[in-house]
Amino acid sequence: MARIATAQDRAAFAELFGHFAPRVKAFLVKSGASPAQAEDCAQDVMVTVWRKAHQFDPARASVATWIFTIARNRRIDLLRKEKRPEPEDLPWGPVPEPDQADSLAVQEDSERLAAAIAALPEKQRALIEQAYFGDLSHREIAEVTGLPLGTIKSRIRLALDRLRHAMG
Amino acid sequence: MTTERNDIRHHLDDATLTAYSAGSLPEAFGLIVASHVSMCDDCRARLESFDSIGGALLATVGSDALAPGALDRTLALIDADPTPPPAPPQRDDAILPAPLRDYVGGDIDAIRWRSVGMGVRQAVLSTSKSATARLLYIPAGAAMPDHGHRGVEMTLVLQGAFEDETDRFARGDIEIANEATHHTPVADISADCICLAVTDAPLRFRGLIPRLAQPFLGI
Repeated sequence: MARIATAQDRAAFAELFGHFAPRVKAFLVKSGASPAQAEDCAQDVMVTVWRKAHQFDPARASVATWIFTIARNRRIDLLRKEKRPEPEDLPWGPVPEPDQADSLAVQEDSERLAAAIAALPEKQRALIEQAYFGDLSHREIAEVTGLPLGTIKSRIRLALDRLRHAMG
Repeated sequence: MTTERNDIRHHLDDATLTAYSAGSLPEAFGLIVASHVSMCDDCRARLESFDSIGGALLATVGSDALAPGALDRTLALIDADPTPPPAPPQRDDAILPAPLRDYVGGDIDAIRWRSVGMGVRQAVLSTSKSATARLLYIPAGAAMPDHGHRGVEMTLVLQGAFEDETDRFARGDIEIANEATHHTPVADISADCICLAVTDAPLRFRGLIPRLAQPFLGI
């Protein structure tokens, strides 16, 4: 990601595209898009990844999480024809040289979370997938909250504090 | 936007943040979530942790191969429309958070208020019809009519503060009311109160006069 943001590195983008574009397409198809829609939309998502690469903050999210948020927003646009109000960007953005240890910790958190989801009983895992791929009602979603997000949450909170601090 | 970020005492609940992260909230509720998160680092951190569930699912969703040449077409799209210049620096003195400014078309001086009586003013924002978002202006010390709710009502304080039977709510605080809540919000005496209120069903007023007025107020 860093190579895309700072050097506009096309080889790095091709690598990222090879890994994520088919996943984004699968995500959109599972969400109810037609294969043709999903194909176009996955390309759009990757264009946005290129353009917004400088906004990606490895101290707060994995690449997969960041791309998920872009794909989700495009899905709302595509399937619901609604606008997606987004929170205000933090005015100072990610720090230019993110701490390697932070990025690594985020990566480890993501792996632990993926393992925790994989270890869930089938029924609960299916419900979570339905919530994120489909359209569960608010009440149904209340039942899927309860995953162990403690370390992730506190790490992101720390990263935000540090950003605000860095700004003075 | 300057905010007393650590003074916020009333936050979004997990189910609402998860629904926003999953992308299934109606637009009006999305707007109030985005506005609160813009003002509240705690909820931003919680939201981003819910997003990480989406990231984990994206990593395991499997993959659908794209048509041959998709990468080249994507690079052509990138070349056709070069990266836009970064957005202009944000106004630090704005009262409204950025997502709300997008809907209003500016900060509070750009809100097109309509009087609804007793000094109270409102401005309905244009969102999809599944829920309604409105800005409310309650003069210092004035009360909203006593009302209950058929669905969910969320209220985010943008300026001033209000109190009801349950607690006090100041800038950045969000109150979540449901069918069980019957309340009479009163604006703080010190300043006029501006809130964003989102409902998925019409409010239910207790008194006769507000009930008669309701069809005209549209609240």
